[in-house]
Amino acid sequence: MNFEECAAKPLLAEAGIAVPRSRLATTSEEAAAAARALGPVVVKAQVPAGKRGKAGGIRRAQTPEEAESAARGILGMAIGGHAVARVLVEEQVAIERELYAAVLNDAAARQPLVLFSTEGGMDIEEIAAARPERVRRHHVDIRSGLADEAARALVRGLDLGDHEPAVAKFLVSLYSVYRRHDAELLEVNPLALTASGPVALDCKFVMDDSAAPRHAELAARGTPETLSPLEQRGKDLALKFIELDGNVGVLANGAGLTMATMDMVRHWGGRPANFLEIGGESYTRAKPALELVLANPHVKSLVVNFCGAFARCDVMMEGVAAAWQELKPSVPIFFSIDGTGDVEAIAILKKRLGLDPFPTMALACKAAVEAAR
Amino acid sequence: MILRRPDRVLIQGITGKQGTFWAERMREYGTAIMGGVNPKRGGETHLGLPVYASAKAAMKGNGFDVSVLFIPPLGVKEAALDAIEAGAKGLVVLTEHVPVQDTMYILAAAKEAGTRVLGPNTAGTVTPGECFAGFMPAFNAKIVRPGAVGVVSRSGSLGTLVCLSICQAGFGQSAFVGIGGDPVIGTTTREALEALDTFPGTRAVVIVGEIGGTMEEEAAEYAVTMKKPVVALIAGGAAPEGRKMGHAGAIVVGDKGSYASKRRALERAGVRVLATPNDVGAALAEALA
Repeated sequence: MNFEECAAKPLLAEAGIAVPRSRLATTSEEAAAAARALGPVVVKAQVPAGKRGKAGGIRRAQTPEEAESAARGILGMAIGGHAVARVLVEEQVAIERELYAAVLNDAAARQPLVLFSTEGGMDIEEIAAARPERVRRHHVDIRSGLADEAARALVRGLDLGDHEPAVAKFLVSLYSVYRRHDAELLEVNPLALTASGPVALDCKFVMDDSAAPRHAELAARGTPETLSPLEQRGKDLALKFIELDGNVGVLANGAGLTMATMDMVRHWGGRPANFLEIGGESYTRAKPALELVLANPHVKSLVVNFCGAFARCDVMMEGVAAAWQELKPSVPIFFSIDGTGDVEAIAILKKRLGLDPFPTMALACKAAVEAAR
Repeated sequence: MILRRPDRVLIQGITGKQGTFWAERMREYGTAIMGGVNPKRGGETHLGLPVYASAKAAMKGNGFDVSVLFIPPLGVKEAALDAIEAGAKGLVVLTEHVPVQDTMYILAAAKEAGTRVLGPNTAGTVTPGECFAGFMPAFNAKIVRPGAVGVVSRSGSLGTLVCLSICQAGFGQSAFVGIGGDPVIGTTTREALEALDTFPGTRAVVIVGEIGGTMEEEAAEYAVTMKKPVVALIAGGAAPEGRKMGHAGAIVVGDKGSYASKRRALERAGVRVLATPNDVGAALAEALA
């Protein structure tokens, strides 16, 4: 789950990290009022996307009038596919130097990774590609945390002068925010060095979706994903549904099997209409899942691929049969059923829908692709 | 990470619906279930097995080697640490949606204690004809039969389908190792491949991978050194870029972790990469001829 700058920065401030004073504005008049209170400001589009500056979504304003005009230009812009509905009006800061800092989950190392660079303001990928020696990395033992000494070592010898202890302290605080709020990524870029110490000028925070249940209040301040109406319906049902541009509806259990089913549809020259898996605990919700697939008007045929392990085929088949008998859809449906509960599921299919499964998922997908033509 | 019949197994969360159902299946199949854990029901019996208040209590009681966790996501860290501190040799973490920082914490503790972890988000491991841990349909003879093919899979459902294809082609499995679909997991594709390479009776290995991460690329580095034939199936070639496909691990951003990258790395290592799960049988027949 992504958080906009205006939702992420208060988390830094709570941990004692300096951030510029700011106000949120949804109209140009509010932006002007904010500038009257703050003095010279930067007006920043609030969208969960990078490259806001390059897109013209970040503008400096010396006066309330300039702030008003900047906000008028930015509000309503589209940046990275997101319409700008609000701007952060933030006091200008006298910057001596721009640095980069981040803490993220390093999957391969199975540890938190702290990244630090004196080349702030650019994308870390660009810094790492252009001047890899300028990116310092430190893996943290998550049980003991980021020690003061480790943070000091990370910033030593980088010509930070008197700022060195404060920057090290900043890293320790940043790490504490990463831990406290279950970040997948917490990035401050740029981190400004000012006469009064380091100030976080921007902040990107991505929360681990799996941890959201224990941060309910904070998660509510995250940016909702951009979803189609059907995808939103899926989300409300706690089903992972992604709408695609094809016409072969896909229903399978487990992400791996679902992806393999989509691959198979492609293999036969067809195009999947959706990704939808009912693996894990959601296998008991085959009925709403099938209703969701069928609600897509582009679906011309349907392939149902069950390979039960934890998910029981008979339970899933009950759901499919119930939805089918209730909706009586006219599109053809093709089945492949194996694994836990397969014998019972095949009996239900025969009795309730009068159908037999195909001997392999390849053949079921082939039939569905042909029927969709 | 490959379970053997003498391994003594504990079920944390044995009294729940799924814990109960799968504990019975495991025991019927031959897994040596020593008991279970429910912090609120220590001292009771369930399925004729002792229920302990903690893994530590279970270790003092009947003892165990491997613990299988049927525990809700936010309870996994505490349960896993209990088992590690009790001296478990192995953990099988079935739960999906474990917070990643919890997983990292568990894995750090496990590494120090020398505990091997499968998962999170794994379907478990099967040693056909001997025992299994997790929720694989080991008891379904259409899908699991003793044989010479080792399988390592990120996905339970697709791994099950590949096992089925292996049986349909007239082969069977030496062992199935489900490593789990999460981005951070205790045992990687490469580590499972190494274990299967040296596992008795294994003549070929199937890698069931997915887009996202770099585990298949790392496994390719080991595959190139193997004498046994290796075939691979990578799910997600048709997935659109930049969208998470259910497994948190399965996300493609640019070329990193993409289908093309994995296919290239595996083929360079001499691994045959299959177009569909149904090709597994024919590829094995050729490789083992």
